[in-house]
Formats: sequence, C-alpha cells, structure tokens
Amino acid sequence: MTWEVVIGLETHAQLQTKSKIFSGASTAFGAEPNRQACAVDIALPGVLPVLNREAVVCAIKFGLAIGAEIAPRSIFARKNYFYPDLPKGYQISQFEIPVVSGGGLTITVGAGETAYEKFVHLTRAHLEEDAGKSLHEDFHGKTGIDLNRAGTPLLEIVTEPDMCSSTEAVAYAKALHSLVTWIGICDGNMQEGSFRCDANVSVRRPGAPLGTRREIKNLNSFRFLQQAIDYEIQWQINEIEEGRKIQQATVLFDPDTGETRSMRSKEDAHDYRYFPDPDLLPLEIKADWIAEVKAGLPELPQAMQARFQSDYGLSAYDAATLAVTRSSAQFFEETVNVAGKENAKACANWVMGELAARLNRDEKDISASPIAAAQLAGMVKRIADGTLSSKLAKEVFEALWSGEGQDADAIIEARGLKQVSDASAIEPIIDEVLAANPKSVEEFRAGKDKAFNALVGQIMKATKGKANPQQVNELLKRKLS
Amino acid sequence: MSLSLDDVSRIARLARIEISSAEAERTRDQLNGILAFVAQLQAVNTDGIAPMAHAVDVVQRLRPDTVTEPDRRDAFQAIAPETEAGLYLVPKVIE
Repeated sequence: MTWEVVIGLETHAQLQTKSKIFSGASTAFGAEPNRQACAVDIALPGVLPVLNREAVVCAIKFGLAIGAEIAPRSIFARKNYFYPDLPKGYQISQFEIPVVSGGGLTITVGAGETAYEKFVHLTRAHLEEDAGKSLHEDFHGKTGIDLNRAGTPLLEIVTEPDMCSSTEAVAYAKALHSLVTWIGICDGNMQEGSFRCDANVSVRRPGAPLGTRREIKNLNSFRFLQQAIDYEIQWQINEIEEGRKIQQATVLFDPDTGETRSMRSKEDAHDYRYFPDPDLLPLEIKADWIAEVKAGLPELPQAMQARFQSDYGLSAYDAATLAVTRSSAQFFEETVNVAGKENAKACANWVMGELAARLNRDEKDISASPIAAAQLAGMVKRIADGTLSSKLAKEVFEALWSGEGQDADAIIEARGLKQVSDASAIEPIIDEVLAANPKSVEEFRAGKDKAFNALVGQIMKATKGKANPQQVNELLKRKLS
Repeated sequence: MSLSLDDVSRIARLARIEISSAEAERTRDQLNGILAFVAQLQAVNTDGIAPMAHAVDVVQRLRPDTVTEPDRRDAFQAIAPETEAGLYLVPKVIE
C-alpha cells in the first residue's frame, strides 16, 4: 500500500538584535536568571511596548531574500493563552496581516546523481516575541521561571505543505538556516535555541484529500527533525492501517527513545482569541525604507553559487559547498583574489579539503582560521608554479597553521622545501638508487609495474621528497627503457 | 447574535474567571446587551472600506536598537510572592 507524506514547517528564528523586540532590555545569551527582564518583559501594570526598528529591518531583509511581498502596513495581534512563562497572558504576534507573505526557497535534495531541486513556497513570516523559560527541576515541588528570554524578537517562518519526505524537510531547514545566517538576521545557534522547527506531518493515499496533521514541536537539530518526522510518518501509517483515525494533536519528540508522544493538551487549548493589540499601532514600511535595506543586503547564496560556477569554472557541488556559509564563501573568494582565477579550482580544493578538515578537527569556524586567505593563496601559487610539490605543501600548510612561518615563501626557504626540477640534480640520485636496487630493476624488466613504483619511492626518499615526482617518473622511464 | 449560558461559561473558562450560575445568567444578559449595540454598528454599510486595527489612524513609532534598561531584578523580586536562585517560583506546571 503506498502512502503520500505531506509536511509543512514552522521555524522560529531568533533575530540578532541587541535589545528586545518591545523593550530596551538586553538579549545577550547566558545572563543570570531574570537579570535581563525589565518591567515591560515581566508585564508590570502600566507599561507599554515600543517596537524595535532593527527587528523590522531583519524581517524586511528576509522578505527581500526570499522574493516575498513586504506588507506596507502590518498589524500586531495578541495571542491569548495562560502559562507562567508568559506573564502578560498573551504573546504579541502577528495574525491577519503579517510583515512578510509569499516567496520561497529553492532547495537541493540529496547529493550526487540522484540529487534534485525543489521550490518550497513560504506562506508567511511574521514578527513576534519569545516567551520566558520554565525550569521544571525541583524547587520544593514548584516551577522556576526565568524571564530573560521573554520579549526576545523572533521571526516565525511558515511554509506551505510542500515537502513530502523527512529528507526534503531537512534540506529545507538547512537551506533556511544557511540563508538567515547568511543575511545576518539570526546566529543560527540551534543548541541555544536560536533556530527551532515545528513540523506539521500528515499522510494520505495518493490523490486523496489532505490527512489530519499532527504537529511536532521544538525540534532543535537537523538530526532530530529527520528522526521525529520518520517516526511520526510510520506511526500515522500504522494507526490508519490498523483502522484507527488520526486525531489532530501537538506532539513532542523524545530524543532518548526516538519516539513522538502526544502532549496532554486541554480542551480549548488552541482557542487563542487573536485580536489587534491596542497598545501597538499599525507598522508602516515605506518603499524607500525597503530600498535602503535592499541596498545593504549581501550577495545571496544562490547568486554567489552561480557566479562561482561561471567565473571560476567550479562544479555545482563545489560552489554549493563553498557557499554553505558566507564566511566560507568570502574566505574562498579572498584566496582566489590573491592566487589568481586560473588557480580557483586548486583554491577550492584546499579550502574544502585540508583547511575544512583542520578547522573541523579543532572546532573552529573559518572566520577564525589560523591561516589567512592570503597565506593559503601564497602556498597555492607556489604549487601552481612548480616550486612546491603537493606532498611538501602539507608541511607548509602545517607550518602556516601552527604559526611557525608567516608565508609560504619564507617557510619553503627556511626549510629547504623547494621542489627540485633540475634533471642534472635528479639524475645522479636515480643512478645511485638503480645501482642499490638491482632486484627491483630486474623485476621491472620482467614486467612487474609495482617495481617501478618502488623505485620512485626510493628516489623520492633519497631526495627527501623534494624531487618533482613527474620529472622523476619521466627520467626513470627513460633510464630503464 | 446572542450568547448562551454555555458560551458564557466557555469564555469564563478561557479567561480563567470563576463565575457562579447566577453570575453567569447576569453576565450573559450584559454581554448580549453589548452585542446588541455591536449589531447596530454592523448594520452600517462598510463595503470598500479597509478595516482599521486601531481607533486612530496613525502608525507605529519605532525605537532604536539600544539597551536602555538596567538590571532591576532585586527590586522586582522584592514584591514577588516567592523566588529562589533568581527565579520566580510558581505552582508546579506539568504538561
């Protein structure tokens, strides 16, 4: 029996502002409980919210980046519910007229031969405030409330139900994560909860109307997103195949068991009784403000990937890998600017290969790379002009990484790593090696190709790896023929 | 439109207001009186007029993104019923 899966995602991206969306309290992470919760955030009587301009700028940037419509006039609404970490008894959000509507993201699903592109439509993105945190550890049978997070600006980004597998959902979430960090509106830190996803999942027979959905809340890693959706799909299929109906529900994912379970939600829990917040006037965004924000937007990831392919002749895969973050793309481009366009592919290989591996091992971001782009470029240039063999380049890379040398040329000079491409210098060494290894020579003449490689190895060893391997190959072939 | 006693008790439950059955009847009559006024307003033809979100036709003033609020936790917590380790304590919340 075949089933179709329908998934929509709602993502809460915490906006990178210094102060809260409706108050002047700090949003810095990690403060002691309630040190960053002012009178507005804790909802003392008589306070009034005042909207943070920068939060609106973030929303405009996002709308521009996804080709959406930015509302010239949008409305803030009260979403009413009772919970101790929401001291006002309502969350200020947007309901009828959100600041951003429409637009979408092109995602690449899978890799290699089976990879395909898909356009995910966005329904809307709206500004709202975050709630505080409830700490359920034991405080003599009570719950502790920390309101530092209350009032932190969020952009809630809602998709159409366009995705039909957990893989597509994860590809979308990653593309969105990459975009919001790229345009600098969110730090993307999932552990700290700066980027969290809710997934609406339903299943149906092909061609049938949409099934009843269940919403999985608060998924804060791509792995959990995948696991939770996969589990939920199987659970729903089993329920229906065993003759039960799916009830609309909000569920939580338990990473320890890998299962989703229904939250005990009370009757009326979803009756939020939205109405326009009388404390906040309509938000007006004029065309000249949008134009001003647009002028300050960086080149977007997809445009940059296309440029890397056309200007530098990189493959789509390389371009996408380099442009996964803005800092990585910038680093690559600075390297090429110094090393020259003709060495772009070599630059890409070093940035994606050795450098990425070392950064990963030391848990460093590329923006904090111990090797500067210009230093890497200097090394790439020396490989390209034959001064440095790719084998000894590793040693130069090591020295640059550890700060033992300032630039490739100085390191090559100081350590005598210059590649020897002078036949008159290599030939005597080849003769010595041949004289010392008559057995290998005999084996090669008897047709054993492996013996040739063994001789090359001996010669490279005798020259401490400095001989140009290509030249060694050629000279050796000539001598043995 | 008029409200039933069930509607009234549902609204009270959503608003976390406890009301007796006598109060429910009186509240229903008062709310229905308000709705009768609203019905008069709704009789006005508003075709082609964009709904307003606010009574006055002005737009939101915006605040620069600067931290202006100092830490006043001690003062705020002095009037809280119960606190510990900087947290406000409330009756146990279980989901």
